[in-house]
Amino acid sequence: MSTAIPPTRRRRSAAPDEPRLSTNPIHAPDEDAPPAPPPLLWLDPLLTLTTLALAACSLVVLNGATRDDIPGQPHYYVERQGAYFLVGLGLMVLLARMDYTRLRELKYGLYTLLIGAVLLVLAAGHATRGSTRAISLPFFSFQASELGKVLLVCVLSAIVVDRRRRLSERETTARVMLLALIPAALVIVQPDLGSGMVYVVIALATLYIAGTGWRHFAALLTLGAVSLTLVLVAAPAVGVTVLKPYQVDRLTAFLNPSENPSKQGYQQIQSKIAVGAGQKTGRGKQATQTKLNFLPEHHTDFIFAVVGEQYGFVGAALILSLYALLIWRSLRILTMAKNLFGALVAGGVVAMLMFQVFVNVGMTVGIMPITGVTLPLLSYGGSSVLTTLLAIGLLQSVYAQARIASTLKHRVLRF
Amino acid sequence: MMDPVTERRMPVSPQIAVRVAFLGGLALVLFGIIFFRLWYLQVLSGAQYLQQANTNRIRDEVIPAPRGDVVDRNGRPLISSRPATAVQLQPQELPGDPTARTRVYRRLGRVLRMSPARIAHAYDRKHLQLPYAPVTVKLDAGQAVLDYIKEHQDDFPGVQTNQIYLREYPQHQVGAQLVGTVGEINPAELRQPRFKGIQQGSIVGQSGIEWTYDRYLRGRDGDQRVQVNSLGHLQGQVGTVAPAEGNSLRLSLDLGLQRAGQDALAQGMGLASGNGHGPPGGAFVALDPRNGDVLALGSAPTFDPNVFAKPVPRKVFRQLNDQPNKPLYDRAIAGLYPTGSTFKPITAMAALQSGLITPDTPIASPGCITIGAQQFCSAGKADYGTVSLREAIKVSSDVFFYRLGEYANPVASHPIQTWARRLGLGHGTGIDLPGEFGGLIPDPAWRARVDEKERQCERRRHVSTCGISDKRPWSVGDNVNLAVGQGDVEATPLQMAVAYSGIVNGGRVVRPHLGLEVDDQAGRLVQRIDPPPARRVHYSQANRQAIMDGLHMATSESGGTSADVFSGFPIPVYGKTGTAQHTNQDDQSWYVCYATDGARPILVAVTIEQGGFGAEAAAPAARLILSQWFHVQKQLVSGHSQTR
Repeated sequence: MSTAIPPTRRRRSAAPDEPRLSTNPIHAPDEDAPPAPPPLLWLDPLLTLTTLALAACSLVVLNGATRDDIPGQPHYYVERQGAYFLVGLGLMVLLARMDYTRLRELKYGLYTLLIGAVLLVLAAGHATRGSTRAISLPFFSFQASELGKVLLVCVLSAIVVDRRRRLSERETTARVMLLALIPAALVIVQPDLGSGMVYVVIALATLYIAGTGWRHFAALLTLGAVSLTLVLVAAPAVGVTVLKPYQVDRLTAFLNPSENPSKQGYQQIQSKIAVGAGQKTGRGKQATQTKLNFLPEHHTDFIFAVVGEQYGFVGAALILSLYALLIWRSLRILTMAKNLFGALVAGGVVAMLMFQVFVNVGMTVGIMPITGVTLPLLSYGGSSVLTTLLAIGLLQSVYAQARIASTLKHRVLRF
Repeated sequence: MMDPVTERRMPVSPQIAVRVAFLGGLALVLFGIIFFRLWYLQVLSGAQYLQQANTNRIRDEVIPAPRGDVVDRNGRPLISSRPATAVQLQPQELPGDPTARTRVYRRLGRVLRMSPARIAHAYDRKHLQLPYAPVTVKLDAGQAVLDYIKEHQDDFPGVQTNQIYLREYPQHQVGAQLVGTVGEINPAELRQPRFKGIQQGSIVGQSGIEWTYDRYLRGRDGDQRVQVNSLGHLQGQVGTVAPAEGNSLRLSLDLGLQRAGQDALAQGMGLASGNGHGPPGGAFVALDPRNGDVLALGSAPTFDPNVFAKPVPRKVFRQLNDQPNKPLYDRAIAGLYPTGSTFKPITAMAALQSGLITPDTPIASPGCITIGAQQFCSAGKADYGTVSLREAIKVSSDVFFYRLGEYANPVASHPIQTWARRLGLGHGTGIDLPGEFGGLIPDPAWRARVDEKERQCERRRHVSTCGISDKRPWSVGDNVNLAVGQGDVEATPLQMAVAYSGIVNGGRVVRPHLGLEVDDQAGRLVQRIDPPPARRVHYSQANRQAIMDGLHMATSESGGTSADVFSGFPIPVYGKTGTAQHTNQDDQSWYVCYATDGARPILVAVTIEQGGFGAEAAAPAARLILSQWFHVQKQLVSGHSQTR
């Protein structure tokens, strides 16, 4: 990928403007002259197209996969997902028109919101399939842990920006990790292992993009390994259960799914059969694994298996290419950001998307454990769709602000 | 307040550029891994997963085909099928987890009123043998139970209810030993060529007529391919192959005669009991001597085959099987007995055909004679003076036939043995029933063989005797005994009937058969069963006539062995009594006869174990059977002839 090149290129093209910036480092561009009103809608066209394409794919795939799920209501899931997309895209546009930088001021408020929502779910949420992850709202049950991902991206980025000169200090790393681990622990208890892991990944990515030293990461890795050992081996030995047995089973089942095909390995085996049976061009209407419900959760966590079975390698490759495009655009926006906060926000979003895509697709094709991570934009679910579109809205905002900034400097940005 | 520094446009530091490049590189690698994995799953192993997906959703359900009916020659049912319901366990769908499975057993046990342990035991035992066949745990469970299970299918994973067919025997004890049993094919049978292509769990004939004509009666099970979801719930039918009902089999058996025969046998046994004997059993055969159609074939004591329509509890089976009188045992084809004097016509034919005597050769028949060092006496040491063949058969002179045995002994061709074998003794008759025994016609070679076996056995086991033989060489005495159907000779009632048929019908040694024709459900003929005679024997008609005369005189002239039994019988009867002697047992009563009114010839053989003299028990039973056949007033007449 060529993500490393644009900055260099851009710097070279931006050379004439450099002196002005460096001579007056204190001057914010906006302060010089009041900003011209930004265009009504300034969106990254490729990112927008990719998002719309994935949304369209989601509707098409859901339409084929869930036709028989609810008798008499063949379009139940499709209609709802369509509504989520409409609302989500609206939120995305609104967010894109906002200056994301203002979110920095709200970091404590956002963090309080995050913790409060997660606690509220724990306290008052209703149980779905043995876990309390959602609060019932009039129209749909809201999963706080999903929205928490976007909130955490903003909060952690703001914290790191505040402490950008003290990045080499252990305290900074510790503080950021702690801020992520508190909500992570709270959602793992719900239990929503997948979102908890996403929180940790967001924290690591924020530190990484900000430039935290490798030694810190090495230390974190060691700590992680030790605590994992404690959780999986030592704690059960003394009778403390941190992870529920089914979570441990799911995490280890992918190593040997055929050992217990009717339980934890079941989904993985059925998922592999579904994907494999799609062969090159898919089974279309003959798809049975997902239609006849051999694969549970085929409209949410295992939607990629539906793609694999119905549309084959061709369809799966198309979807993966769209994700590649999405991630490339996100990385590109990261490098364009007008300030460190923007870069970190973009970095957090990229990390979140990448992690979810690879873990979800990986578990569908049997090379990752089953963790209950949704496939961004494709999986059915309002919380997931809205969260992902909000995250993309943040990226659009970073893009738009970068464009505004460069326009004000009479620079031409190429993408 | 915002830090103004961050508000300025961030220069992309080389450090961030490198880190972003790393992140991009990581994404590239991960995408590569996913692509290769997808390629492996979908393109390289796709066909295999497709196969798995297909077996996932399609389930074959067997629709059992009813077996064909078995009817007698007049179309009256002997075996029929009735629909029944079965509660079965489907091994592939039972929970694999032992505690979950125990829960299912417990729930099912409550519904079926069976102990869960019994269900588990039945399942485990069957599943071990035939891992893919559904295991039937309860038959005829009742509609309420079936409805309950269907309505609560989610609570009974792996439990299915199925419509099956059970055999039914409307004639109960009549023909019990013939009908045989059906049952689920067992592992040994699965390997046999006759059951090739049959699925585990299929019902096949395992004994009797059901076994012999299984391939006609069986029918073809239907197959319902249904699409199911992961919970096993029906989603739709993919295709159905309707079951094809088995063909029906018409037997040569005459149920009226069969019933009369069994009654007659019981009455004959009653006569013997009246004489102070307690007969343990008996058998009778009625053949059409022209073609070997078995008109009736019975064995006493008998049982009701309906007990075998459902799987038999081991206790019940043991009770039936362990009875000293062995009701399950078909004495007509598997009872091996010395034949007594009923053997004499065979000796006569051998002597006549080998030229030892002519029909008119006179032979002195005093009470006793000495042959070699042994003395042989007539029954009751009766002195018949000098008689020729006809008279000898009429009165059943032992001494006359002792002499024939003596004369035949030095002849190199062993005429008595040869003719006995030609007429169907010493080997199976080839009747279409499993479990027939071949019997024994002793000769010097056989004697040498068993003596050698005995010696080897004694040497091997270092004992004084193995009980196989007494190691004495063949002597003239053996031949003398054989000539009157005593000694080592062994034959079944069916063999005697076949041998007599060969004499009365002019030389066709028939192959007795119960099956007459196979018809499909629409009544169209599928297969006629008319086996040709096993053999043709050639003898002079004059010799045959002499024997027939003797047999007729025995039933019709004063002094004939069964003349008193058949006194007043309107149809000419050609019959021979027999009294087989057993050591430490009462004599066995035999009677073999032929009668014809010109249109419906019949040959009847009756034997009653420990029934006394031939005329005493067997002949009266034979008269009753003939009476039924010729529509003559039935009359139980016991004879008084004290001959063998």
